[in-house]
Amino acid sequence: MSEYNFAYLDEQTKRMIRRALLKALAIPGYQVPFASREMPMPYGWGTGGVQISAAILVPEDRFKVIDQGADDTTNAVSIRRFFEKVAEVETTEKTAEATVIQTRHRIPERDLTEGQVLVYQVPIPEPLRFLEPSEVETRKMHALEEYGLMHVKLYEDIARHGEIATSYAYPVKVEGRYVMDPSPIPKFDNPKLEMAGIQLFGAGREQRIYAIPPHTQVVSLDFEDYPFQRMKAPQCCDLCGAGESYLDEVITDDAGGRMYVCSDTDFCRERREAGHVGALGVAEDAA
Amino acid sequence: MKQEQGRTMISVQDVSKTFTLHNQGAAVIPVMEGASLQVAAGECVALVGASGSGKSTLMRMIYGNYLSASGRIMVGDVDVASAEPREILRLRREVLGYVSQFLRVVPRVPTLDVVAEPLLAVGVGPDEARERAADLLGRLNIPERLWGLSPTTFSGGEQQRVNIARGFARQYPAMLLDEPTASLDAANREQVMQLIEEAKARGAAIVGIFHDVEARDRVCDRAVDVTGFTPAKVA
Amino acid sequence: MKDMSDIGTGPLLRVEGLAKFYGARVGCEGVAFDLYPGEVMGIVGESGSGKTTLLNCLAGHLAPDEGQVLFDRAGQLVDTVTMSEPERRMLSRTDWAFVHQHAHEGLRMNVSAGGNVGERLMGLGARHYGTIREQAVDWLGRVEIAEDRVDDRPTAFSGGMRQRLQIARNLVTGPRLVFMDEPTGGLDVSVQARLLDLLRGLVREMGLSAIIVTHDLAVVRLLADRLMVMKSGQVVETGLTDQVLDDPQHEYTQLLVSSVLQV
Repeated sequence: MSEYNFAYLDEQTKRMIRRALLKALAIPGYQVPFASREMPMPYGWGTGGVQISAAILVPEDRFKVIDQGADDTTNAVSIRRFFEKVAEVETTEKTAEATVIQTRHRIPERDLTEGQVLVYQVPIPEPLRFLEPSEVETRKMHALEEYGLMHVKLYEDIARHGEIATSYAYPVKVEGRYVMDPSPIPKFDNPKLEMAGIQLFGAGREQRIYAIPPHTQVVSLDFEDYPFQRMKAPQCCDLCGAGESYLDEVITDDAGGRMYVCSDTDFCRERREAGHVGALGVAEDAA
Repeated sequence: MKQEQGRTMISVQDVSKTFTLHNQGAAVIPVMEGASLQVAAGECVALVGASGSGKSTLMRMIYGNYLSASGRIMVGDVDVASAEPREILRLRREVLGYVSQFLRVVPRVPTLDVVAEPLLAVGVGPDEARERAADLLGRLNIPERLWGLSPTTFSGGEQQRVNIARGFARQYPAMLLDEPTASLDAANREQVMQLIEEAKARGAAIVGIFHDVEARDRVCDRAVDVTGFTPAKVA
Repeated sequence: MKDMSDIGTGPLLRVEGLAKFYGARVGCEGVAFDLYPGEVMGIVGESGSGKTTLLNCLAGHLAPDEGQVLFDRAGQLVDTVTMSEPERRMLSRTDWAFVHQHAHEGLRMNVSAGGNVGERLMGLGARHYGTIREQAVDWLGRVEIAEDRVDDRPTAFSGGMRQRLQIARNLVTGPRLVFMDEPTGGLDVSVQARLLDLLRGLVREMGLSAIIVTHDLAVVRLLADRLMVMKSGQVVETGLTDQVLDDPQHEYTQLLVSSVLQV
């Protein structure tokens, strides 16, 4: 382990990232530029989130990584192993026990509490980019709070699909000021952006960091006559029977067979351990 | 808007005009000198003189279409010779009508709207304006089937009548008529005569150029020979 | 009959000593004029005469090096050159409008016609989809675009339709001053006529003031009340449109007018 500084990044870089994080927390929703480093993984694999985690981890932390809610997918596994190796922090799959959770595209079902930090991997931090490709212009629009364009995107959705069809990366306004892209989480998760934990967003390729401090107001944009609606599959989890969690559809065979399971694997495991059984599930004690 | 008969409406006072042709060796051509003319409300004055003597030039100067080199041209209480463009625009909108020999319109606009436009420009409602336009087009024997078409496709005589209808749509207190009866048949000529007489009766001050002597004698109270205003050098 | 009198009220726009230099080269210089409510002013001149530079300085797209561009706000003339950028941008989304020669510069090509028209409304805080769409459809109608095209993107529109869409997008918030850069340039003659007629009607109905840059003298004759002729960055002649065209005083204007093919 002596080959690496704690958590891979050198202390100067961590300091630079921490300064960006403090600024981001001080101006909720504002995108702070930072000097993103080369990481030993390609862009698009969570380098922004990894750099934030590296900058905030301390030896006492318990670290959890999820990808689309799951602890056991390639991306989550490799990032968890990376920090096990370079930071020697304890890792866990249990949301309740983690102090730092790095995530891609989901917020855990279990409410985070004070003291927990959620680190998001962000591919495109600029919510206005879809309609305004110029970075100079979008920064000006943020500075002057010219956010009409954001509603043009939602208008287009309704005009084309009869409803706001944006189902992930659904834009929000933070503390009545900055419009922010919450990363590609399903819009089902949007209401959970108002939480007790600290939320940090890192975009490695785009070199941007932004944040939502605890208990910050986060409002999903909408129209008076097309209000924001949380959305999930109407089914219950086939393993744990949960009716209120975000579900993944899993194709089980070539004959059209499918099942719905909680996308949050830890949440599902906890429920099953507590004795809940879904339609296709097997009782834990029988297993 | 009946005008008080006899009050001077148009007053041209010692006006001169030169053209400077920069692209022909900056040649300076004096075309008018010491022009003076008074027209009272309810009066029609004919400008006469040989071709090229400056009848149209004087008329264009009264309308503000040509600049004057010196002198005053009072139309109502505006001195056209020195007024700001927007004062002249307002004068043209509200006081001074002009029937030129040429119809200049945006292609594609229906004839009815071309005629109604001077009324719309002063805020008359579209229905009322079109009603007045239809009345005039009817009087001037433009077949109703043509009203929805652009006059740019019409014959010369038809265009001339559309132009007259447009000129008389508003009841201006002062009017300039450049050959209003040229190329008209007897029936239409009679209609134009009546329009002029009606305008006079309601107190309009009119300056006209009429080559048609019979028409001139019928509607004009007197004639002014512009040859007297032609600078000696040119004459 | 409504009172159309504008004499006695102050100017909507007052320009004083405006100049823009590109290094040693003059973009425009010493430009001064008043524009009153309801007036349409044409700026003509050949390519490179500075007319587009001037228009961009007036509209706040370029920062002039000298002079003032004063705009009436609630009876007070405010210098738009020195006002803060947020204020100026707000002005250009509310009281001002800018119609580009190339419609694609003034439109969002990947957004539907309705979204294009609705953007300014949403920018001003409209948050009711139904109302926004209703207004968009109304405005498409006013520029003669059928209601069933409201969800089509401008990429599917002809040049003339795009230009009309751009006009609708600009006028939906009821601006008081419209800047137009060669609004009929690049369009077929018949399409131009339709656009001209439309613009004339809108200017009259809405009591708009407009500044139109063009090199087409036929266009200004039909649209503009007043004319400003530019050459090498200087204003060489101003006056009533028909007076400037029929009795040009300056050498350059005489050349310009005599160069036009008569139809």
